[in-house]
Amino acid sequence: MSVHTLTAARLPFADLAVPVAPSGPWQESAWLLVAVPLVSAAVLLLAGRRSDRWGHWLGVAASAASFVIGALILVSLLQAPVGERVVEVDLFDWISAGQLTLAAGLRLDPLSLTFVMLVTFVGSLIHVYSVAYMDADVDRRRFFAYLNLFVAAMLLLVLADSFVLLFMGWEGVGLASYLLIGFWNHRTEYAVAAKKAFIANRVGDLGLLIAMMAMFATVGALDFTSVFGAVSSMDTSTATIIGLALLLAACGKSAQFPLQSWLGDAMAGPTPVSALIHAATMVTAGVYLVVRSAPIYEAAPDAQLAVVVVGAITLLFGAIVGCAKDDIKKALAASTMSQIGYMMLAAGLGPVGYAFAIFHLVTHGFFKAGMFLGAGSVMHGMNDQVDMRRFGGLARYMKITWVTFGLGWLAIIGVPPFSGFFSKDKIIEAAFMPVAGAEWRAWLFGSVVLIGAGLTAFYMSRLFFMTFHGEKRWTTAAEGAEQHPHESPRLMTWPMVVLAVGSVALGGLLSIGGVFTTWLEPVVGHTEHADPVLPIPVIMASTLVLVLLGAFLAWRQYAASTVPEVAPAGSALTRAARRDLYQDEVNDAVLVGPGAYLTRSLVYGDRQVVDGAVVGVAHVTVGIAERVRKLQNGYVRSYAATMLAGAVVLLVVVLVTRI
Amino acid sequence: MTSASSLVTALTEAGTTSSGEATLFWVLAPLMVLGALGLLFSRRTIHVAVSIAGVMVGLAILYVAQEAFFLGFVQIVVYTGAIMMLFLFVLMLVGVDASDSLVETISGQRWIGLLAGLGTGAVLVGIVTRASFAAPVGLEAANTDTNPVGVSRLVFGNYVLALEVVGTLLVTAALGALVLTHRRRLTRKVGQREIAEAKVAQGARLTPLAAPGVYARHNAMDVPALDPYGEPIEESVSRVLRIRGQEAAAEAFALQEDAEERAVPEDEWLTTTEDPDELEGGEQK
Amino acid sequence: MSLTNYLVLSTLLFTIGTMAVLLRRNGIIVFMGVELMLNATNLALVTFSRMHGNLDGQVFAFFVMVVAAAEVVIGLAIIVAIFRTRRSASVDDVNLLRN
Repeated sequence: MSVHTLTAARLPFADLAVPVAPSGPWQESAWLLVAVPLVSAAVLLLAGRRSDRWGHWLGVAASAASFVIGALILVSLLQAPVGERVVEVDLFDWISAGQLTLAAGLRLDPLSLTFVMLVTFVGSLIHVYSVAYMDADVDRRRFFAYLNLFVAAMLLLVLADSFVLLFMGWEGVGLASYLLIGFWNHRTEYAVAAKKAFIANRVGDLGLLIAMMAMFATVGALDFTSVFGAVSSMDTSTATIIGLALLLAACGKSAQFPLQSWLGDAMAGPTPVSALIHAATMVTAGVYLVVRSAPIYEAAPDAQLAVVVVGAITLLFGAIVGCAKDDIKKALAASTMSQIGYMMLAAGLGPVGYAFAIFHLVTHGFFKAGMFLGAGSVMHGMNDQVDMRRFGGLARYMKITWVTFGLGWLAIIGVPPFSGFFSKDKIIEAAFMPVAGAEWRAWLFGSVVLIGAGLTAFYMSRLFFMTFHGEKRWTTAAEGAEQHPHESPRLMTWPMVVLAVGSVALGGLLSIGGVFTTWLEPVVGHTEHADPVLPIPVIMASTLVLVLLGAFLAWRQYAASTVPEVAPAGSALTRAARRDLYQDEVNDAVLVGPGAYLTRSLVYGDRQVVDGAVVGVAHVTVGIAERVRKLQNGYVRSYAATMLAGAVVLLVVVLVTRI
Repeated sequence: MTSASSLVTALTEAGTTSSGEATLFWVLAPLMVLGALGLLFSRRTIHVAVSIAGVMVGLAILYVAQEAFFLGFVQIVVYTGAIMMLFLFVLMLVGVDASDSLVETISGQRWIGLLAGLGTGAVLVGIVTRASFAAPVGLEAANTDTNPVGVSRLVFGNYVLALEVVGTLLVTAALGALVLTHRRRLTRKVGQREIAEAKVAQGARLTPLAAPGVYARHNAMDVPALDPYGEPIEESVSRVLRIRGQEAAAEAFALQEDAEERAVPEDEWLTTTEDPDELEGGEQK
Repeated sequence: MSLTNYLVLSTLLFTIGTMAVLLRRNGIIVFMGVELMLNATNLALVTFSRMHGNLDGQVFAFFVMVVAAAEVVIGLAIIVAIFRTRRSASVDDVNLLRN
């Protein structure tokens, strides 16, 4: 099935905008976006304890500087005509090795700038938040160094103009994530969680490497322009392989099934880390990769189907797990996993879904980060307690937190007119559109998305009500810790307010006249919508009904009635959900167990066979030497006898051969 | 020696030896082998030395039988006369009584020695008997100017360089022997004065031992010397002879007619006329 | 009787000399065995000289004798020197190269 026989929902990318050279001072200094946080990170790490007193402000300033430069570049791009909105800034000639010549450069186009704005804006807010949140930590400066490192790597990832440079940013965010998850690595379980995240990421990186190798083998180049230009001459199987490999990479980075097990454990890091990396930015890098590689996916419909399936599975997985988690951060992590499943599903639907995936990504960044910061505020006020069963009734004591969190809650469950409604509804509509005339896909994925919406409403409401409403279930002095919840300092509450404003308004603002989708067109292409199998009003209505039902059920169970302080036994599904649907056991059985067995057998082989051979040679040598040693008894006469015997033998040999 | 062509040592036309030489060989060869076996089986070293000397002599005879006259004499002079005597001297130094037990100490050595030795013998004998030689020529022609002249022509002609080198070797060997047997003094050399003082301190005899038989007519070992008093000195005769009673009486060899003349009265012993009591120089009692 | 009998005799003496070197412990006796071997060689040389009809063999034997003399001088000096320090002329006592 070639590209051209697809329905109008898929268009060839022949009419994508051609990259132009940078214009203006801000576009040409786009490299500062990456350089400033990177240099700041280096300074903070090298200066050490001397910079403890001012280090955090330097970090905040670096992040803010990136935001300002990004905003200026955005303005300059908005002023440019639509056809000139894909700018490639050449930095330097990087690789020149045989057949591969690669120049390092940055690509400034609507997609990358969207991410730049999201990362730097939300990132700067979180930097400010962290100044107060990490106030009591003696390693605060190191924290900011790592945060800046992350910002630099993430910006490099989204601004790269070739897969290789993207990979560098990819690895950089993986490293920053590892360093930040394991920030308090004096606790062994936190260090283990960091290791788990890194290893799961590594499996994904393998996918990216395979994809790059396949690209290089078929196309001979690795920068976006060359690869996407050569897609039309690629055969479907190659494109499918590349697409699947890229999907694996995206799964690793975005915690999608089957590489989702690390996200829950990653909550071991400080809450700003969870907010920035594991909600708004790093975990969305996978979605970025899929959307960026849209031309490849357009040429490989099977890979696209795989993307949709992965997104759907993860969507439900996260939702089910989120319903049973009592740890507030882990519940939010499951929610993140589920929402990114939404984005992946949308990205797999083709051009109709790319824009909505990115749209949802942006809005999700705001409300999820806001909710994580709210959770951090709650933890801050409750002496780092994370068990929601010991919260309750906090609304009166932490008003700002309550309000901002509530706005984020409303956004995520998709209540109009909050931002989540606009982004998520569009995804649901797109899911109901038939692809290539296959209506079963529309029904299947559409239903999955609807159910997911209902579940999302349920577990997010459960989280909200358990934390802020109902009766107080706080730990008492008799249990060791008496709670005096209080509102957090201003440096923490102001970022939450800004994010809440975004959660409320951003969706509506960007939807006016389809501004956002038009903005992204130079990258994702323009599509004609096929009609969904259900009429749009029906879809909207059923979504709202499910959402309200979920919220009501949660209110009835967690706000109106008493919440037990100790988790009740629950059904088999509940128990499974509490254990993350046994993901760790599955990983252990499938990967870790055989891997350890392989390692042990290799070590055994090495010791017995290789070392044994070497030691055996030594033993044999010693044995021979012991016997030969006996020849040297020091007696002249035995030496003389040996000589004579040798001479006789020699004589006999000579005679025999001659006679 | 040109007439040696008619002697026993000439070869017949067929290349075999004359019957006289054959007889000589068959008498000498077993004796020589027996002597050599003495080297293997004798326990006393001195017997070994003597048997080897015998073998050397036999070899000399064989050399002469083979018309190598010069070499035969050199064999006797150098080998038997010098080298074997050297061996005997060293044997005396080391200990004539030294005997070697024939029990073997190194395990397996006896068998290896026997095997290797017999093997060597077998192989060499095999070679020698199976090799085909050209017809023997004999040394008649080579010895026309007598054997020593012929040999010297070669030594000082073709092989003069070897001769010089071997001469150097001999000199070096002599020096080497000197160096090897040189003993460094471990104690301080005792001088003559010290010896004399030690003798005086001990009250031992200060003069050297008198040589036996200080008579113009007889200086045999068993005749004692006379001291100035005319008495025989016991120590001048070897103790062994004294113990055996083989010392001769000194008076037996004195001239009887001179005895009375020779006897000097006691009061005329001193040749000086001065009375020692009347000598100047202080009172000396 | 052919001249090879002398050669056989020479071989026998050589063998006996070899076995004496291997089997006897007294250094002087070993040395005498070496001398016997040299003499056996001399006999062979003389016999060959007679076979070939020129005197080269005898000249060679002469030089062998000279060298043997020099060798005896040194060898006995060594034995004497060893005997002085060790009071034993056994060849087995010089076994410091053991192992």
